[in-house]
Amino acid sequence: MVLLVLFMLLLPVNASAITGEEVIKKSQAAFFEAGNDFQARVKMTLATRDGLQRLRDLTMLRKNYPAGEQKYFMYFHGPADVAGMTFMVYKYPNRDDDRWLFIPAINLVNRIAAQDSRSSFVGSDFTYEDVSGRDLTADAHALLREEPFNDRKVYVVESKPIGPAEYTRKLSWIDQVSFLPLKEEYYDVQESLYKIFTAEEIKDVQGFATILKRTMTNVKSGHKTETVFERVQYNAGIGDDLFSERYLRRPPEKWIK
Amino acid sequence: MKYWMSISLILLLVTPALAEEIALHGFVQGNYAARITGEELPGPEGGDFILGEERLQLKLAASSQGAGFFLKTDFFRDAIARTTDTDLREAYLDYGTGALDLRIGRQVVTWGVGDLLFINDIFPKDYAAFFSGRPLEYLKIGSDAIKADLFADFISAELVVIPFFEPDNLPTPGRFFLFDPFSDIPRATEEPRAEFENTELALRLYRNLMGFDTAVYAYKGFFRTPGMRLDDLISPAQVTLFFPRLNVYGMSAQGNALGGVVSLETGYDDSLNDRSGHDPVVPNSMVKYLAGYQRQIWTDFTAGFQYYGEYLLDYGSYRDTLPAGFPAQDRLRQLLTARLTQLFHYQTLRLSFFAFYSPTDQDYYFIPEARYSFTDALWGAVGANLFGGEKETTFFGQLDKNDNLYVTMRYEF
Repeated sequence: MVLLVLFMLLLPVNASAITGEEVIKKSQAAFFEAGNDFQARVKMTLATRDGLQRLRDLTMLRKNYPAGEQKYFMYFHGPADVAGMTFMVYKYPNRDDDRWLFIPAINLVNRIAAQDSRSSFVGSDFTYEDVSGRDLTADAHALLREEPFNDRKVYVVESKPIGPAEYTRKLSWIDQVSFLPLKEEYYDVQESLYKIFTAEEIKDVQGFATILKRTMTNVKSGHKTETVFERVQYNAGIGDDLFSERYLRRPPEKWIK
Repeated sequence: MKYWMSISLILLLVTPALAEEIALHGFVQGNYAARITGEELPGPEGGDFILGEERLQLKLAASSQGAGFFLKTDFFRDAIARTTDTDLREAYLDYGTGALDLRIGRQVVTWGVGDLLFINDIFPKDYAAFFSGRPLEYLKIGSDAIKADLFADFISAELVVIPFFEPDNLPTPGRFFLFDPFSDIPRATEEPRAEFENTELALRLYRNLMGFDTAVYAYKGFFRTPGMRLDDLISPAQVTLFFPRLNVYGMSAQGNALGGVVSLETGYDDSLNDRSGHDPVVPNSMVKYLAGYQRQIWTDFTAGFQYYGEYLLDYGSYRDTLPAGFPAQDRLRQLLTARLTQLFHYQTLRLSFFAFYSPTDQDYYFIPEARYSFTDALWGAVGANLFGGEKETTFFGQLDKNDNLYVTMRYEF
């Protein structure tokens, strides 16, 4: 009985002793897996240091499957040279994605090689992994500290890649309530900061805390990409059949608006 | 000119009123290519430039409640032929209901898993466009067809019915150096007439099998590259280009394997008009196959390789009936291809290199290209088509004197 009381007294202390890996796991669930499915109009503005801007305008649809699998369907509204293209990804934990691209000009569906998830997503500062998540076990995670950040309480987690990656160390400031990343810093081999992620706008959408505006800045080149999510909807009832060759070739107007 | 004006007028009238429903896109493009071998052909189109054109493409599309239409029309000036013309690239109507999709009209269909190698893609192609440095999409020509797609969990089916024959567009002797032993003899072309018995049928059945996209194909129709018939073998006065009957049966698979994407395809060309192989002007039946592998080697760098073979059946009778002095095809023609692509500067600069090399024909075709996106709307490309080979009778070898440098600039809206 005494032991049990003691144990219960200790419990809150134990509960807060969360590990770095647990923080990242919860963060990925909040960031990339919220809801059964997800729909948004995504507008990315790519800007050079000189102010030259390019726009990527797409509709993103995602659906979660058991055992951590996910399917993504993206339809490009612009720019004009990619307008009408669709891109589909079957994402599996711990093995290569299946990726398909539909090119309307020649009515071709083709598989795309997908080994390097650190490649830039549509020429932006975001990588494929920044868009759809990185395997939890690809890095060793360590909780460094807890601190206030913009009036929020955050965990600061350090992640070091186990295999080869273009960064050697990543620091994440993760909100203790929503578990969304508020800031990330990427360090290269020379231990110098080269890329910063910031979440500028977070809103509650159907009970899910959602980052509506985020920016990835390459501090070395001055290039940055600002991504805005519009018309976000969770649990929209996306059918399994959407993620098929049929709709890759002929995207249903209902979903891509 | 009248046509242009009426089209613009229609667009002006229609677009604002229906702006919500109808999407208007397109581009303006300049596209030029010059032969760099110093060789010139006789005739008005045989100079150094083999391509010189300005082009406007308009794309109109609309869809609602499962129904839609798409229209893609080019208006262009061919500065070498000194003509101005239009090209209806695609014009079709769509209807989808339940598990059935219908598409009726002029449309581009692309089948198979080869990269610039076609086994079960028996739809018309424009090699003249491709060899003179026009963008890849111009390699494909639309088919005037009815296409029906049926979708089911177990297997899906696509049936294309083509009542109107469309041949491949091949390089012409007016603009290209080609191997042509009868270049001085007048020629006529006999295309299959638009008749029920000449209607082409193409069927594709496909499904995912253990992570691979697999398909089987069947085609009943014609060779799109003509055979050449002479009225007299010794002293011909007339050459007739004709399109023999062809059936094709094949299959393909594509999926993630060996750390990359693996592609496999095979097909059997059944040459119906010459099953015994005794008619030298009709291609023999053959078996075609390819194996391809593609992977990302490092960030923004992708490499793809293919091995392709054509195995000629009834080779003995082919050799026996081939007239003396004619170049003989090998029993097995093999091709290797490589595609290397590197992206730079946030994917705005793309350097690519495509190579065909045939160890049996001992010929090659290389396409290096640099493409840069100046803005979201404007891109430009500079590249070359480089041909060569041991003999001037092989597929790429005959094009040896046509090495050319091309420039493309396109503003898209």
